[in-house]
Amino acid sequence: MGKARDAFLSGVVLLLGRRRTPPQPDAHLLPPAPKHTRAETVAIALLFIAALCAAAFPVVYFVGSIPAKTQYLGLSIGLALLFLAAALIVAAQSVIPTEELAHAYPPDEHEEDEEYVARLVEESGKGFTRRGLFKLGLVSAGGALGVAALVPAVSFGPLGVEEFYGTPWRKGRRLVDENDVPLRADDIDEKALYTAFPEGADKEEQGSAVVVVRLPRSSLKLSGQVEGYDADGIVAYSKLCTHAGCAISLYRAPLFAPEEPRPALVCPCHYSTFDPADGGSVTFGPAGRRLPMLPLAIDGKGELRARGNFDGPVGPSWWGVRERRPSP
Amino acid sequence: MRRVVVIALLLALPGVATAADGKQVYGRYCVMCHGPNGVGNTNPDSVVGQGPGRDTTIQPGIGPSLRNVGALAADFYLRTGYMPLKRTGLQPRRSRLLLSNAQIEALIKYVASLGHGPPIPHPQPERGSLSEGQRLFASNCAGCHQIMARGGYVTHAVPPPLGQATATEIAEAVRIGPYVMPRFSPKQISNAQLNSLIRYVQWTQKPDDRGGLSLGRVGPVPEGLVTWFVGAAALVALCLVIGRRLHG
Repeated sequence: MGKARDAFLSGVVLLLGRRRTPPQPDAHLLPPAPKHTRAETVAIALLFIAALCAAAFPVVYFVGSIPAKTQYLGLSIGLALLFLAAALIVAAQSVIPTEELAHAYPPDEHEEDEEYVARLVEESGKGFTRRGLFKLGLVSAGGALGVAALVPAVSFGPLGVEEFYGTPWRKGRRLVDENDVPLRADDIDEKALYTAFPEGADKEEQGSAVVVVRLPRSSLKLSGQVEGYDADGIVAYSKLCTHAGCAISLYRAPLFAPEEPRPALVCPCHYSTFDPADGGSVTFGPAGRRLPMLPLAIDGKGELRARGNFDGPVGPSWWGVRERRPSP
Repeated sequence: MRRVVVIALLLALPGVATAADGKQVYGRYCVMCHGPNGVGNTNPDSVVGQGPGRDTTIQPGIGPSLRNVGALAADFYLRTGYMPLKRTGLQPRRSRLLLSNAQIEALIKYVASLGHGPPIPHPQPERGSLSEGQRLFASNCAGCHQIMARGGYVTHAVPPPLGQATATEIAEAVRIGPYVMPRFSPKQISNAQLNSLIRYVQWTQKPDDRGGLSLGRVGPVPEGLVTWFVGAAALVALCLVIGRRLHG
């Protein structure tokens, strides 16, 4: 950490402390610029405001308690770009002298004129009286914007993804419908799609919603990790598609099995198709991994209860999503 | 009282469709797949797709049993033109009616006589609530049929648009779950809720487009296209005008 600070400080000193003394031509083409023009001050101030706005992005990103985070993230980037643009416009319009060319360039024959133009360009930069400060402003605005653009990459993990593994499901937790009425095993019909939530938990939480369907027991092909996850042919999966996190709201339930496509859970966003009989394996579409399955049991009163947590992380996939199983 | 008299008169009239007439129609159009007396054809080696230029497949059965499906299912499949199917293995689609109204009525009576199935429902959408219907439609139907009931896609099937669906057909489809649609028992969607649902679907058939252009009512894709092509073009034009003004 100390080294990084030293490097940063020396960079700043280098940038500010550098004084170049170009060969001075005898006479100026442009009238000498007044010292510390207002426009220059405005441009520098705008640059630092832009830097501040962009610097707010990582702050909002990492502080967990801020409501409407997404909107503030967008606002900080948006304002930073706006102020940067304003600073550049002010600099271009008022600080740098401009001259419009009235005629097309003649062929290369006026050596003197060329020299004149070259000197003009050289002197144009003289509009800045506080060159170092303006540069610092540019660097801090650009740097802060760059940092703001890179910060979201943290979401790929491995830091700060803890909450993606958490779900409210525990062993013995009852399945309830959207009106908090417990789901009874006898009420679950074949060919119908039910949405359930953990009793007493926040229904909006990403690990909450599950889809429940009943399949003929003979058609189930649950093996390996999800063996025995069904309760008398009733199976439950996370309602969030593992591709982009849309809600699985399509259930393909054939009326006459020999003629029609097999039962499938389908996501309406990109048509990822999952096989409910085979532990939610992907049969079509962009999803890269199975739907997380919730182990079920039927209690003494005939109500459905969870027999533990999902067998995999719920929601859309991210870097390292497969590394471990969800935690309560 | 008057209704009873009218029905009695209708029954007494010659030419009124009866279950016996229905059996004749059944023998002509349905028996090949659904088997004699509606027992279904679940022969494990049924041959499907015979004919020139078609792939022949062998599958366990080509027609489900019609015992206990009732007048409800028969009414739905025949009035929508879902049945008779052109050939096996197709998704039934709304199409031109092949049978006459009298044939359909006779066939419904015959299918109803095959078991103890549900009768034709009589929904009353005017008793439903539009907002409740929208909520129900959004959580149960919109995933496939799209929120304005314009239809959509699932892998290997096409959820139909509901623009032509009548109240009775909607009530029947919800209970049957035709083709790969899930079915909804009265425990999931009560008859009162069904009224609301139908009222909402009927509203989507003639919605009031406050904004003027409906853009097909199929969601954000056409709206986005209009935004990009019309809106962005307008912005570019505006920029050009400003540029001209500034430079004389």
